Amino acid sequence: MTAPSALRAHEVVKTYGKGDSLFTALGGVSIDIRTGESVAIIGKSGSGKSTLMHLLALLDQPTSGQIAIDGQDAAELKNKQLNALRNHKFGFVFQQFFLNGNASVLENVILPLKIAGVGRTERIRRAHQALAQVELDDKAKSKAKDLSGGQKQRVVIARALIGDPSIIFADEPTGNLDSSTGTLIENLLFDLNSKHGITLIVVTHDPDLAERCDRQIHLKDGLIVKSVTRKATV
Amino acid sequence: MKIIDIIATANSNMFRSKLRTSLTIIAIFIGAFTLTLTNGLGSGISQYIDKEVGNLGAKDVLIIQGVGESTGLPSDAVKKYNPDKKTVSLESQGNRTITVLTDQDIAKIRKIDGIKSAEPFLNAQVDYVSAGSSEKYIGSVEQYLSGANYALASGKVITNAGKTPEVLIPVTYISPLGFSDAGSAIGKTMHFGVTNGLGNQSEVSATIVGVKEKSLAGGSGLSINSNLMDLLRKTQYTGLPPDTANSYQYATARFDPTISAAALTDLKSRLTKAGYSSMTVEDQIGSFKAVINGIVMVLNGFAIIALLAASFGIINTLLMSVQERTKEIGLMKAMGMSASRIFLLFSGEAVMLGFWGSLIGSVAAIGVGSIINRIVLSTFLKDLVGLQLLAFSPASVASIIGIVMGIAFLAGSLPAIRAARQNPIDSLRYE
Repeated sequence: MTAPSALRAHEVVKTYGKGDSLFTALGGVSIDIRTGESVAIIGKSGSGKSTLMHLLALLDQPTSGQIAIDGQDAAELKNKQLNALRNHKFGFVFQQFFLNGNASVLENVILPLKIAGVGRTERIRRAHQALAQVELDDKAKSKAKDLSGGQKQRVVIARALIGDPSIIFADEPTGNLDSSTGTLIENLLFDLNSKHGITLIVVTHDPDLAERCDRQIHLKDGLIVKSVTRKATV
Repeated sequence: MKIIDIIATANSNMFRSKLRTSLTIIAIFIGAFTLTLTNGLGSGISQYIDKEVGNLGAKDVLIIQGVGESTGLPSDAVKKYNPDKKTVSLESQGNRTITVLTDQDIAKIRKIDGIKSAEPFLNAQVDYVSAGSSEKYIGSVEQYLSGANYALASGKVITNAGKTPEVLIPVTYISPLGFSDAGSAIGKTMHFGVTNGLGNQSEVSATIVGVKEKSLAGGSGLSINSNLMDLLRKTQYTGLPPDTANSYQYATARFDPTISAAALTDLKSRLTKAGYSSMTVEDQIGSFKAVINGIVMVLNGFAIIALLAASFGIINTLLMSVQERTKEIGLMKAMGMSASRIFLLFSGEAVMLGFWGSLIGSVAAIGVGSIINRIVLSTFLKDLVGLQLLAFSPASVASIIGIVMGIAFLAGSLPAIRAARQNPIDSLRYE
């Protein structure tokens, strides 16, 4: 455990509403995620796992506490820097894919590079590369809506990969897939983690998926109730 | 995101819901089509009027009259006779009695500050006109005003400096006078029948120098040069007391055409103080132009109302697509797209709607306009040579497209702000 800290949350509290309707989604959570680690945030719905992921992904600010990325306090970053950071360092994989069904697979994969302002030829080259990594290069010209669920999730992974991220956030990545397709997607994600050293943060309620991670953080009612570290095999 | 990518993405997003987009574009199309047509009508007519102003007279000419005294209206009191003022009664001007100008008046006008020269506008009574062995026709003559530009069918414009009698005939006189076409009339001799003070009719001859096209103003009479005018008047006033000729309906005065509008107003008020009313050629036709402009403004107003209605269509369309694309907006924001770029993406879509609607609308208007032009100018406006009923300049079409895109941008900004403000988490939440 000597790898540097990639993301650190310190006593993070997140509340919604005011007065009587005050709702505490996270009641003081501290975790330290190391570069190259795979971490599962596990819990039932309403446990605060999605809120924690949003905070770690810098999509939201904590009510109190601190989030640090590569040792730097995220609260000190300007909006522009936050946007650039999310674009360059993070990849997102969602249960519901969020693909544009009428656009081609290639167009969908390209989106993060388009946002980053990468030139056309370069982004097409990298999209083919990313699609090759998920073994879907032959579907580049197909419309996203014509793909199967497993293929869609592979497109989503290619989209997350295209920006060459250091952290991938996967929110219930296998939630919409049957178990055999789900296993394929899991293998793909853990491959990226082990072979490319991409830090993997998985939000799930699936214990089997969580067990494959280096560390499991169990959340309940906005608090960490259990943290299980798998024996390092290296 | 690069601007070019934003434009391309906005453009392709626009066609995601084809039916909705085409309905919105049709609404914009109607507005832009109408605006282009009414604008084309306005500029077509005003271009023609400007040309006509050129025909009527030079830019540096003031038409000066004695101040008239109305006696025709029931409410008017009976005026006292003033032996110093010569008056004529003009039925054509609603029984108005106008004060005619005399040589003394002309001399007085010449002395007014700002007047470079002043000449009485001479008039001659012609009984008939003819050429060669043709029949005799009624004709009215008018003194050619130096600097006036006529659209000519043939020949050239006459000059007042010419030492020989010259005439410019309207194209309508060509065939009655026995000429096969406008060209063959040039250089031919024409006769003017004049009755003198003793009741004897005699003829004066002049050379046809040019043939002028029909036009709205100043095209119906025969334009003659000073030399011919003098000859006609000499004949007409033979046998009458010498003072009879000393009476003019109005005078033409020239001023420095480079003076400012304010200086011109000053000059006019000096003339008013001296007892004369004055008008430039543009004043004379200005009221006509004001009416046309007024009509065009009203028509443009209708077009703008159509565009306003269309802009609500744009707002509606975009609000729906913002709604539909909530998750996509959230995704793009999660991936680091800034709020300002999201705003540009959606307002860009609005501008694109405006662009396509107005482009198609103005192209259609130009097409329809040229068909209307062809039909109208070959039928009931055939005689007005040089008239382009609907004129479209690239600049005005471009500015219409620009205006419509501007309206579309304003309409799109409300949905675009809504999209830009969306919270990525709320957009991505799925429970």
